This record gives sequence, C-alpha cells and structure tokens, in this order.
Amino acid sequence: MSTPATTIFSPGLAARFDRLVTLYPVRRSALIPMLLYAQDEVGYISEPVVKEIAVRLGITELDVRSVLSYYSMLRTKPVGKYNLQVCTNISCMLRDGYGILEHCKNRLGIGHKEVTPDGLFSLEEVECIGVCCWAPAMQVNYDFYDELTTEKVDQILEDYKAGRGKETV
Amino acid sequence: MPRLVSHPDEVRIISRRFGQGAEGIDKYLELDGYKAVQMAIEKGPDWIIAEMKASGLRGRGGAGFPTGMKWSFVPKQSDRPKYVLVNGDESEPGTCKDHLLFLHDPHAMIEGTMIAGLAIGAKMGFIYLRGEYRYLLKIMEKAVADAYAKGFLGKNIFGTGVDFDIVTQTGAGAYEVGEESALMESLEGKRGVPRIKPPFPAVVGLYGGPTVINNAETIASVPHILLMGGEAYAKVGSERNGGTRLFGISGHVERPGVYELPMGYNLKKAIYEVGGGVRGGRGLKAVVPGGSSTPVLLPDEIDIGLDFDQVGKAGSMLGSGGIVVIDDQTSIVEFALRTIKFYQHESCGWCIPCREGTDWLKKTIGRVYAGGGATKDLDNIQYLAENMLGRTFCPLGDAAAMPTLGFIKKFRKEFEEHIKAHSHEPATELVQL
Repeated sequence: MSTPATTIFSPGLAARFDRLVTLYPVRRSALIPMLLYAQDEVGYISEPVVKEIAVRLGITELDVRSVLSYYSMLRTKPVGKYNLQVCTNISCMLRDGYGILEHCKNRLGIGHKEVTPDGLFSLEEVECIGVCCWAPAMQVNYDFYDELTTEKVDQILEDYKAGRGKETV
Repeated sequence: MPRLVSHPDEVRIISRRFGQGAEGIDKYLELDGYKAVQMAIEKGPDWIIAEMKASGLRGRGGAGFPTGMKWSFVPKQSDRPKYVLVNGDESEPGTCKDHLLFLHDPHAMIEGTMIAGLAIGAKMGFIYLRGEYRYLLKIMEKAVADAYAKGFLGKNIFGTGVDFDIVTQTGAGAYEVGEESALMESLEGKRGVPRIKPPFPAVVGLYGGPTVINNAETIASVPHILLMGGEAYAKVGSERNGGTRLFGISGHVERPGVYELPMGYNLKKAIYEVGGGVRGGRGLKAVVPGGSSTPVLLPDEIDIGLDFDQVGKAGSMLGSGGIVVIDDQTSIVEFALRTIKFYQHESCGWCIPCREGTDWLKKTIGRVYAGGGATKDLDNIQYLAENMLGRTFCPLGDAAAMPTLGFIKKFRKEFEEHIKAHSHEPATELVQL
C-alpha cells in the first residue's frame, strides 16, 4: 500500500494516481478509475499494469484481475488507435444500427473485436451507450457520434484518418 | 452533441437550464443556482424531508419509491459516516435522460447531492457515471472544481460551518452496476455483484455506513422542489406521482428526443403529438413504455397516463421513462431476441436463475429466430421466464423475464407464424454479440 519505487506510468498519471487514492475513505475505491486511466495511457491492461495497481492499492493481483474481468470496457489486449463502438441495442436497432455496423465492417474490412492491419481502427458491436433518442449512434474511443448515416460514418472515418477527429481522454 | 428538442406541452422544471450555458457556475448562479442548498442549510433536515415528502417525488431510476420516505429511513445517529450516492450509471436500453442532465446542468446534480447529504447528515457524496460517459465526467469534474473554488464545497460551505465533499467517478461498462447494492460494490473497487438485502443501504450501505442512493434525475429534481415548494411541485404531476419527468422517446417516431412532461401525461399523446407519431406514416405495432425491461404494450393499451400507478395498472412499468416505439414493419421475434441478448450479456452471473435463465432464453429465442424453432419452444420460454421471476438477488432476473413474457404472451401468434414460416431452415446461426 504505497507509491512504488519505480513506475511504468507517465509522471502525470503517477501523480494523478497518488491523489486519486486519497479521495476515498478506502484506497481500493480508486481501482476502477485507475484501471481506466491506465488503459487510456498504455492501450490495454497489461500484466505490469495489474502488478503496479495492486501495489499502489495494497491488494492482491488476483483482486485486480477479478475486477478487470468483470467490466466490459476494460481489456487485456490492444485495440486500434481509434476504437469504433457501434450500438445495436433496441433503440439503435430500430433506426438501422445493424446497417451502420455492417457499413463499418465493410469500410474497414474487419469484424467484431478486430483491428485493421495498420492498427488505426478497431471495431466492436456494443450494448446500449445511452444515446437512444439520437440513434443510431457509436463511440470512437470516448467520443459520441449520433444520428448516424453511412455518409456520416464515412466522413468520421476520413476525419480520424486525417488526424482531425475528436479525442476526449 | 445530443440534439435538444421541445414541445409546447412540456413543463420545464429540471430541463429549464438546458442549452443556456448553466454548466458554467456563473450562469448557474444567475439561474437561481445554489439558492436551494442555502435554504436547506438554514431550515434544516426536518424541513427538507417534509418538503420532499410533500413533493410526491418518486425515484426516477425505475422503482418509483418515494424519495422523502427513503431519506427518512436513514438513522439520525450513526457510529459510521453516512453517504449520499448518486446513480448516474444510466444503462437501461431506451434511456438517455441523465446524459442531458450531466451535460447541461451539472451543478444541479451537485446541489441536489448536497441537499440529500444535509437531509440525512452525510458529509460526503459520490456521483457515479457510467464508464461510457467520460466527456460528461469531465464536465462534472469541472463543475465540482468550480464549486470548491467558490467555497460551496469543502470545509465550512457558504461560511456556515457545514462541511461537504463530493467525489465523481465513472464505472467501466456494466449494466448490473445500476443496481444499488452492486453500485456500492463497484464504488468500493469490486466486481459489481448485488448484496443480500436486508440490511438495506439506508442502514448498512457504502463502507458499511448508512447510505442514500438516488438516481441522477431524482437528485437533479431536488433543488427545484425546494425552490418551488414541495406542494407546488406535487401539483404539477398526477395523484401520488409528483412533478415532471424526462421522458425519452426513441425508436420509430418522427421526432425522437428527451421531453420533460408532467407525470400522468397521456402515453398516446406523448407518442403521436410530442414525438410526432410513427415515422413515415406507418402503423404502430407496440410500445415499450419505460426502458427495455418493461413489458411491451399494444396500441390499444396506450391510452393511459405516464405515471408509476397507471402504467403499472396497464400491466407494465414506468421504469426509467424510456419510451421505445415500434412500427408495424418490425419483427417482434427479432426485437425480443435483441432484448434478451442484452440481459444475457449483462447478467453478472452471481445467482443461477438469472445466469442460466438469461442464457437459455437467449438460446431458445435465438433458435426460434434463426428458423430452427418449434411451438414447444414458446412454452419453454414462458415456463423458464416465469420461474426466474422473484428468484434472484437483484431485479436483473426480473428485468430479463418480464419483457420476454410480454413478447411471448402478446405476440404468441407472430412467434408461431415465424416458426411455421422458417421451420424448414436449419438453425445455422445464433447471432453472437
């Protein structure tokens, strides 16, 4: 239960973690935010991430892995630089969410949970993302795109390819 | 950015600051911000709870439990610290109301949390958003930092000697965490599985302390109730259902969107007038009235008021207020399959009737949809779903079984016709998520 002597994280993130664990009555409460922020920086939850977070929180690596395997946004493998998450749940389905998903598959030449060879894009079919009244919708990393059409999807992909897409972290 | 909509029948109480820049603290102050919490500090817990009881506000997460009553269950004396926990883990398909509250009025969320804390004697509140809402977390974080900078949060708030802290965070993708005890587990850094009740959170909650857990929309309503008075708020709604609610109208309507309507507003009118009717002039086939877990209603069942009691009487639930409109070109078999796929994916696996039940429901409905079904399957689906009801630790089992039963009972003929029309095809593919 301490700050480790060496860290795999950037100085900014390490400092953020130092503060995060003090916010809660119990250090372990910081676990889920820490996993998310670590994933944002490293790309996925690697073994070294699990080890260091366990040390920082004073819990076992098994505790960390048990939580890691529960939450669908946490991943143990890298994804593309831009991870497309297309919603196909009911409100999106009724407004052609599956058509949007198919279009993404065709455009990128990849399927569910696959990554393009250049590592730029990956694709996921996801459950409801909370934009039902503006369906169909998807997220690219943390950014939302709603009221989608195939033309809009093409534009979004072009923008990310050209480095002009939104990038909330 | 989610598009805002409006309709003349709306009564704008909790959405009145939408689109006005109230995410900035100065604008929020200009629009009566942080007045309610100062009233609450001055008048004390008994007054707050009396106003909340008079308001008739019922929990906006779906259960519809009276908020004032919930707060009054928290013991006055406690050896352990008490907490307020705001449930912004909005995940019920068809529901996107909290999204707008976090986006347009984050300070109302802070103010409501503080008032709840004052009412129960808590000094700390947590606002938990779903993991996908990272950009909304950033808005909340900025709002919290601005409130600290003004001395509205922290030690000695408003110079009154009262302390109050707020921590915001997100989850990481789990519908089950929207259940109150699973939410506490998640906030304690664990897997989001439900706790056995009793004890209820009001007595033993977060970190073992008495805890009030309210839906984000419930909390955002609180400052408005104190400003306008509980009785005046109650009068806006229908009997035993005070105030207004953010109804999300989605699916096959001309003008989907989130509309603030008085409790008790007619569902048919909400679809045909507020939502602009069924898209493309098509006929109406069915309506899911309150998020995907609520049993489907037929077109001749929707001439009812949108409140907890009237929708309950019609055999469904008001739930989260997410109205999903389905046109007559839609396959109910496919819709039922998509619904159960969600619950199967989100079942936390903690208890068997839900873990196994959702899986077998998905497999069986999937087989029917794919063309390998038999009429007997429909009886099995019904039997299975009926035996899940009330047999799980948390309501997820019911949330999966209830809509399934609705589809099977009300659209049995369509299921049978689907089976007949596709029975020659082998079950080649179960669409996997």
